[in-house]
Amino acid sequence: MPRSRRTPLRWLFVWLSVGAAGLALVPWYAVEDGFFSLEWRFGFPLAAEGAPALVQALLHGKAWLGPLVLPLVAAACVASRPRTDTLRSRVLVAAGVTGLVYGAAQGFVIGPLGESARQLGMGWGALLFHASLVLVVAEGLSTWAFSRPDPFVAGALLSVVALVAVFVVYPLAVISTRAFETETGGTSALVLVANLASARLWRVTFNTVLLGALAALGSTLLGLTLALAVARSRLRFARAFRFLSVLPIITPPFVIGMALIVAFGRAGAVTNLLGLAGSRYIYGLPGVLLAQLLAFSPVAFLILVDALHGVSPSMEEAAQTLRAPPWRTFRTVTLPLLRPALANAFLVGFVESLADFGNPLVLGGSGFDVLATDTYFAVAGAQADIPRAAAMALVLLVLTLGAFVAQQRFVGRASYTTVTGKGDAGLPLALPRGLDAVTSTVATGWTVFTLAVYALVLTGGFVKALGRDHTPTLEHFAVLFGPGGGGWSSLFTTVVLSLVAAPLTAAFALLTAWLLARQTFKGKKVFELATLLAFAVPGTVVGISYLLAFNLPPFDLVGTGVVLVLSFVFRNMPVGIRSGLAALSQLDPSLDEASLTLGASSSTTVRKVVLPLLKPTVVIALVYGFVRAMTAVSAVIFLVSAEANLSTTYILSQVESGQYGRAIAYSSVLILLMLLAVSLVQVAFGARQIGRRALV
Amino acid sequence: MSAVRFANVSKAYGDVQVVRDVSFEIPQGTLVTLLGPSGCGKTTTLRVLAGLELPTSGQVFIAGRDVTRLPAHERDVAMVFQSYALFPHLRVLENVRYGLDVLGDEKATEKARAALSSVGLEGLEQRWPNELSGGQQQRVALARALVLEPKVLLFDEPLSNLDARLRRRMREEIRELQQRLKLTAVYVTHDQDEALSISDSIIVMDKGVVVQQGGPRELYEAPATRFVADFMGESNVLEGRVEGGVLRVGASSFPTTHRDGVVQVAVRPHAISLERDGDGISGVVRRATYLGDHLEYTVDTELGPLFVVAPVTSQPFTPGDAVTMRLSPEAGGVVVLAR
Repeated sequence: MPRSRRTPLRWLFVWLSVGAAGLALVPWYAVEDGFFSLEWRFGFPLAAEGAPALVQALLHGKAWLGPLVLPLVAAACVASRPRTDTLRSRVLVAAGVTGLVYGAAQGFVIGPLGESARQLGMGWGALLFHASLVLVVAEGLSTWAFSRPDPFVAGALLSVVALVAVFVVYPLAVISTRAFETETGGTSALVLVANLASARLWRVTFNTVLLGALAALGSTLLGLTLALAVARSRLRFARAFRFLSVLPIITPPFVIGMALIVAFGRAGAVTNLLGLAGSRYIYGLPGVLLAQLLAFSPVAFLILVDALHGVSPSMEEAAQTLRAPPWRTFRTVTLPLLRPALANAFLVGFVESLADFGNPLVLGGSGFDVLATDTYFAVAGAQADIPRAAAMALVLLVLTLGAFVAQQRFVGRASYTTVTGKGDAGLPLALPRGLDAVTSTVATGWTVFTLAVYALVLTGGFVKALGRDHTPTLEHFAVLFGPGGGGWSSLFTTVVLSLVAAPLTAAFALLTAWLLARQTFKGKKVFELATLLAFAVPGTVVGISYLLAFNLPPFDLVGTGVVLVLSFVFRNMPVGIRSGLAALSQLDPSLDEASLTLGASSSTTVRKVVLPLLKPTVVIALVYGFVRAMTAVSAVIFLVSAEANLSTTYILSQVESGQYGRAIAYSSVLILLMLLAVSLVQVAFGARQIGRRALV
Repeated sequence: MSAVRFANVSKAYGDVQVVRDVSFEIPQGTLVTLLGPSGCGKTTTLRVLAGLELPTSGQVFIAGRDVTRLPAHERDVAMVFQSYALFPHLRVLENVRYGLDVLGDEKATEKARAALSSVGLEGLEQRWPNELSGGQQQRVALARALVLEPKVLLFDEPLSNLDARLRRRMREEIRELQQRLKLTAVYVTHDQDEALSISDSIIVMDKGVVVQQGGPRELYEAPATRFVADFMGESNVLEGRVEGGVLRVGASSFPTTHRDGVVQVAVRPHAISLERDGDGISGVVRRATYLGDHLEYTVDTELGPLFVVAPVTSQPFTPGDAVTMRLSPEAGGVVVLAR
């Protein structure tokens, strides 16, 4: 039988039609009521608002939009030549690139303030048009620059690159330029120098680094203690500590800070018990640190407990047969093998602390500013000072990037995982007696304390005012979620936007991971670096960079749900990329290749082989994308508006106006909601896993 | 028309040349082996043929058609992988049907069942891949490739994950199937026994270039270079002299067609016979190893240490024995190397 093939769909014609539709059929500019509004259909297509680009060019004095049609025409002329034709490839690339450059140029050159030639925010038409050009370039490049002539791979790659360029690199570039802006709108290096030299910035930076180092050190030690207790101690119920690791994932970080205020604040329950009413001991560094330790130590625990399980028992047994007593074995074998994990835990703690916005906001008091909060006040405060905010954002970015570079340098990919999967029989070392007692005690104490804090959050909403008036009441819930309650709109927005963001985040992250793991192409190193960079950008920096980059035409998005979704996607995708890469490294690449040699295209291979095998990772990426979007604070605080307000920012505003009862009530609803979501997914997908065979 | 033709194919990763200017042709219905040590470029050559890698320069033809820039899924080839690459989320039958499903073949299930029974796996259709033994997984991988009736069937070290006994049986089965169905097949291996036993023709590669191509006998009996002589079974390389159609090595002489001059000569270990006393190269036994059906000796001589394989006798030599050696002129025993 000669291998018969269904005629492949000519995707290029689809892209060109999409591009043409973007020019001729859909409103070119953003319409007044947001991306999903259909108001523009009245008066379409001739009215100025909502007219497609071609109509704008002919009737509404936007003549510069006219030439946009040329690249599409050029591409269409060569489209039906054979794919192996070099002329076709070159024309497609040239036309696509020219169109994209011209499109961007008209967007930026024609400013938003002009009289007759005024730029407006880009809408659906501009989006479709530019997206189609990216894919036209990809089609041209696919037979040219890739190790395999595959239009799907080229299209996916260029789309990802274009998105990263617009939504990661461009905003960072904007921040960098805004840091040089003088009061009159000019540009001067002195502005940045003056801001960097200011005593205030140094003080705030010192606070930030001190807090970061203490939080990192503390959470690493606590994480190690918990890990040892769970993996090695004689404590029977220690395994139950594992559930602690779920808590920080489903808790907006500042909720812990809020609970600490309720317990230890001036009128807190514990403060009153101790007879210290009115004392402010919890505010400032101690409170923020405590809150961060509660929030981050479970993360350190997860890293370290995995590393502990990765230490092969035969290593420790070997040491013991070489006459080393338990204590010495622990000190000379176990602990050194954990070194990379300890360094990782420390760096994760440091970076998380730098990125934390909520806890310093609620607990910092007046004397303890950190970069994340001070950046926010420089933007949102009475005297908005964008260059100062940009300078601080840059400092924050440099600190975080520095931490990542340090991590890559000193830890790198070093892994002391000694378990090989080749039947490592043997018993892990039991902890030395003294150490066992210490870890068990500390771990139990810390767990009880954590539980108490969470119990406070879950119950605090049911009393009038925790610490002062413990009369049971449903009043807080009624105000929030009763008829006409103020909580519904933010809760609804948050859930909807998170549900939109989660699949986008997962799809984007896994596609990127697949490209990185399975494809070779020019510039892969740079591309890998750019995704790593996205991982290191703190939320505050994401927030302010989006605020600065996307609040003016051609990107007029701030205040809409769209910008929130975008910030969720690009803030959370690096973690998805990492888990995708980890999962793909477990999958034999010849599975992909087998599918290709059996006649399946790359897209079919992804659909029929890669995705089914990555199902657990897909689920995790979806849940993570959803939960992180629900709990986001530091980035979105810059981007929310009256119309698009989120639960977290709503709760924060309640805290700021002293409404702790309401804030706690809302937080408990949020936590329960996410707990429910996570367990539903566990039940739905966990059960199906059992029916599946283990991977070969 | 040949089934496969490589025309000056090169492949580089950055500055590293993995395959250099490789050209060969594979006739319809034959099994050709790419043989060489690891890192010699044989697997890359196979992957270029499959369309999994794009050559840096040169052209690839399948059945006369230039497929150089065609992606893997548009080429009429199928591949059996070293790791088998069975899809763990699909049952055996679904694995075999996969390619047919992609093509939209309506008789996919029937054909897949037929392919499974042709490799002797009836009744295992509903198993998961990891419920099969290594040999069975190998057969599923074979059936999955066969069912597409590709113009060229590719094998990438398909037997290297099997134990020695099973390996012999599987290679016989693959050869039998290939001859029965008159398939064109390209087979990559680093095992010269496997290459000799299975191939119509062998292409020996080293450092990215084709060193020699020929039938199994030709390669074994007339290796062109020291590398091929070494790779196609052990050999001792000695210096010899050709004078007027006579090759002299040590005390032995053989007729040859080679030009006069000093030459390198490959001597197979079994072409050397040991005697207690006689004329020939003299030496002292350094090591003697008993291997059941034969003995292996290392003998120190003035020409350097020689490796000798001898039949088991009632009085084997022991280390320290003084011996003399004669070279027997059997076919392929003593070969003048071209370079």
